[in-house]
Amino acid sequence: MPIEIEHVTYDYMPGTPSQVRALDDVCMTIRDGEFLGLIGPTGSGKSTLIQHLNGLLVPTSGRVLIDGLDTRAKGTDLRKLRQKVGLVFQYPEEQVFEETVFEDIAFGPKNLGVLGEEIEARVREAIALVGLPESLLQRSPFELSGGQLRRVALAGVLAMRPEVLVLDEPTAGLDPLGKREILGHIRRLHERGLTVVMVSHNMEDVAKLADRLVVLDHGRIVLDGTPREVFSHGELLESIGLDIPDVTKMMKELRKRGWPVRTDVLTLEEAYEEISGYLAGTKVGGPR
Amino acid sequence: MNEENRAVVAETLVHTYGPDESSGVTALAGVDLEIKQGEFVCIIGPNGSGKSTLARHFNALLLPTSGRVLVFGMDTKDERNLWEIRRTAGMVFQNPDNQMVATVVEEDVAFGPENLGIKPEEIRQRVSDALKAVGMEDFSRASPHFLSGGQKQRVAIAGILAMMPSVIVLDEPTAMLDPRGRREVMETLSRLNKEKGITVVHITHHMDEAVHADRVIVMYEGKAVLSGSPAEVFSQTEDLSKWGLDVPFVERLGDMLRKSGYEVSRSALTVEEMVDELCRLRSST
Amino acid sequence: MIRGVIIGQYYPVRSTVHSMDPRAKILIATIFMVILFMGNNFYCFLAMGLFAVIAVLLSKVPWHVVVRTVRPMLFILIFTLALHLFLTPGPVLVRVGPITATWSGLVQGLFIGTRLVILIMFTSLLTLTTSPVELTDGLEDVLRPFSRLGVPHHELAMMMTIALRFIPTLLEEAERIMKAQMARGADFQSGNMLRRARNLAPLLVPLFVSAFRRADELALAMEARCYRGGEGRTRMKKLEMHRADYVGILLVLLASIVVVYLRIKFGPVIQGTV
Ligand SMILES: Nc1ncnc2c1ncn2[C@@H]1O[C@H](COP(=O)(O)OP(=O)(O)OP(=O)(O)O)[C@@H](O)[C@H]1O
Ligand SMILES: Nc1ncnc2c1ncn2[C@@H]1O[C@H](COP(=O)(O)OP(=O)(O)OP(=O)(O)O)[C@@H](O)[C@H]1O
Ligand SMILES: [Mg+2]
Ligand SMILES: [Mg+2]
Repeated sequence: MPIEIEHVTYDYMPGTPSQVRALDDVCMTIRDGEFLGLIGPTGSGKSTLIQHLNGLLVPTSGRVLIDGLDTRAKGTDLRKLRQKVGLVFQYPEEQVFEETVFEDIAFGPKNLGVLGEEIEARVREAIALVGLPESLLQRSPFELSGGQLRRVALAGVLAMRPEVLVLDEPTAGLDPLGKREILGHIRRLHERGLTVVMVSHNMEDVAKLADRLVVLDHGRIVLDGTPREVFSHGELLESIGLDIPDVTKMMKELRKRGWPVRTDVLTLEEAYEEISGYLAGTKVGGPR
Repeated sequence: MNEENRAVVAETLVHTYGPDESSGVTALAGVDLEIKQGEFVCIIGPNGSGKSTLARHFNALLLPTSGRVLVFGMDTKDERNLWEIRRTAGMVFQNPDNQMVATVVEEDVAFGPENLGIKPEEIRQRVSDALKAVGMEDFSRASPHFLSGGQKQRVAIAGILAMMPSVIVLDEPTAMLDPRGRREVMETLSRLNKEKGITVVHITHHMDEAVHADRVIVMYEGKAVLSGSPAEVFSQTEDLSKWGLDVPFVERLGDMLRKSGYEVSRSALTVEEMVDELCRLRSST
Repeated sequence: MIRGVIIGQYYPVRSTVHSMDPRAKILIATIFMVILFMGNNFYCFLAMGLFAVIAVLLSKVPWHVVVRTVRPMLFILIFTLALHLFLTPGPVLVRVGPITATWSGLVQGLFIGTRLVILIMFTSLLTLTTSPVELTDGLEDVLRPFSRLGVPHHELAMMMTIALRFIPTLLEEAERIMKAQMARGADFQSGNMLRRARNLAPLLVPLFVSAFRRADELALAMEARCYRGGEGRTRMKKLEMHRADYVGILLVLLASIVVVYLRIKFGPVIQGTV
């Protein structure tokens, strides 16, 4: 189910003195099975863009086609689209409201008209996907830890069985362990065939997980490519207030100091290979 | 060491939330620590380990269930010290939106000094000095609503600076910021620490922010379980992962290289230090 | 969308009215309201309307902005008009089935309506030309004499500042929660009133929780900055009255004399009312 974004422009408060152009002629296609990382400085339009992916916002001009359906067209059933494109907002745990974890996760399926046992099945399936024990289902959401609550919120969207999962900064505020766990679950969901779109301020995370990165600045796409391609534009990224992963930064610095190492390195393991390979080379083959 | 050198001291500090000790949540279970004047200390630890609770003891927003906390020798339990402690130890919180009082930047910065009953002319001076110190002087008439997260946090820091504190305690001030915002805040803090000698206590989940500190304190299940220089702390790889914490990638790379027999110094923690270290290694072989 | 409306309240331009002392403006607005309710015929309103028009012109706030502030009240206006039109006894204007509209109803409806419009326009002018902080500072000062009667003037003013400060945040939050629930299939748009009202319920819980959490954090942040109520507190900005302020107050007093004169001269628009 591809999502096509064609020349999308979006203005908040159009026609008032405080009009803001949040998106400016954005074009891109989200392909099936892709893991797309969306990065950009504060206010660059990331949250605005992802709300277009399930019709919560519709373009001021241009159009968004989800599985060929125009979100602006009269006949389009937006609720159906929202089921297919599951959107998890930032700090989703602040939005739980039901008395039990079960009820909260069941909220989505119930709205979709799912009934009885099917709801049970969906809820159990969803918590299994995010690695929560069934013993939590009857607890109040307010008794859970931050990391658990975050997973409940994620399960609430997964219970609608979406084909595309869109996440706005899913790891903000979590400790390193909680973060690793959530990212692990997201990675596994992607491996099971879900298309994933993830907004993040953490360059390391997107470098590791995404197979494509889109960089937004002032509502425009400034870069679009594989993480390696994108992070090779270190200066551009820095000029708009972003960063490149520390590993990449280190390799670039080494290169400057005359090391013949690759600079498009994104993981610790790759860096280790490069550095130890070179050091071994100088020891064995180099002039002594 | 004499009293004046010690900015903050916690002695077997216990804090229990709830009606009484038996039924409540023990967030701090006997913390002992000491922060020297002029130090830049980072506190790390998993969610729920008691970092925020500890921070709130440093300016008497919470009082010990047992044990005691001294701020420049003043006991937080002594009612008479309350306002002087809060002035001396300023506090910045995680969510910039929830700590702005006023709808204009300079009015917000003035809020602290106004509470202290300082004369209007002097408040003006302090506000403009504080905004300059955080590089926000051009925004004095702006509405906080229109600032970026990093800018809002700098305004919050200015609001504290205007009270002329000796210690600033920051509870995850960078958690909600983008890379530039984080950089702005971190640079501001290190400048204040170096140039004005302000003691900084910085709570964070970002290990790469902790490597720049003078000292790192690790909280786990309500106790300060480890304290030392970043190099000392981050070399405890096993303990850290047991506590659910991360090790900065430079340290992990160093570990991998050491395992392969290269003599990489443990004191290399930042990218720059590691690059220097590797170059040294290369020229020595 | 919500953001724009609230921030749009204060219209930032430089003008005589903007630079006036908030206390003077509050005083003028209060006197204006009192005499507006003293006015009992259209001549009075003509005088008041003229006063309001001059104030708007001086404030340099464009007319469409001022008119926009009346729009949210349109429903109430029409409702009031209809109520009077159909429920006031008197000579029949038209009769549609069992419902009769009367002449006196029309006059009375128009009378109340005009009063409301002038009232809304003039009070909006106060918020359009005074920043929330100025407004609360002014209010605190104006209320100070009442502190002897046990009115907590400082706390009231502080509460108002914080409310003003938090309204946009809370509205944003409501929008956020609503969107999050819509993303999970919730429907706020279709169905009858009852259904829609019921659908709003899941919105309220997280909104209240969030409001309390924010209030809690703000209270903590204020305490951390040595806030302890009004006692011992100074202000960076001292309010000062200037010539324009005195002139303004003088004019509104003059206007009230005119209104009293017109009231006595022409009498009530409808016999038997005040
Ligand atoms: N509800 C709204 N009303 C008015 N303007 C808005 C609204 N939401 C966002 N904006 C503005 O639109 C622009 C894009 O905002 P958006 O939230 O999409 O950015 P973002 O990239 O998600 O930023 P962040 O990293 O801070 O979450 C910003 O200038 C913002 O101020
Ligand atoms: N107001 C409160 N009432 C009851 N229990 C609380 C309260 N605040 C915190 N706690 C509990 O005290 C413990 C320590 O919480 P604290 O907020 O200090 O942790 P933290 O290290 O700051 O965590 P985080 O990294 O998530 O910010 C936790 O178990 C928490 O649930
Ligand atoms: Mg966003
Ligand atoms: Mg905390």
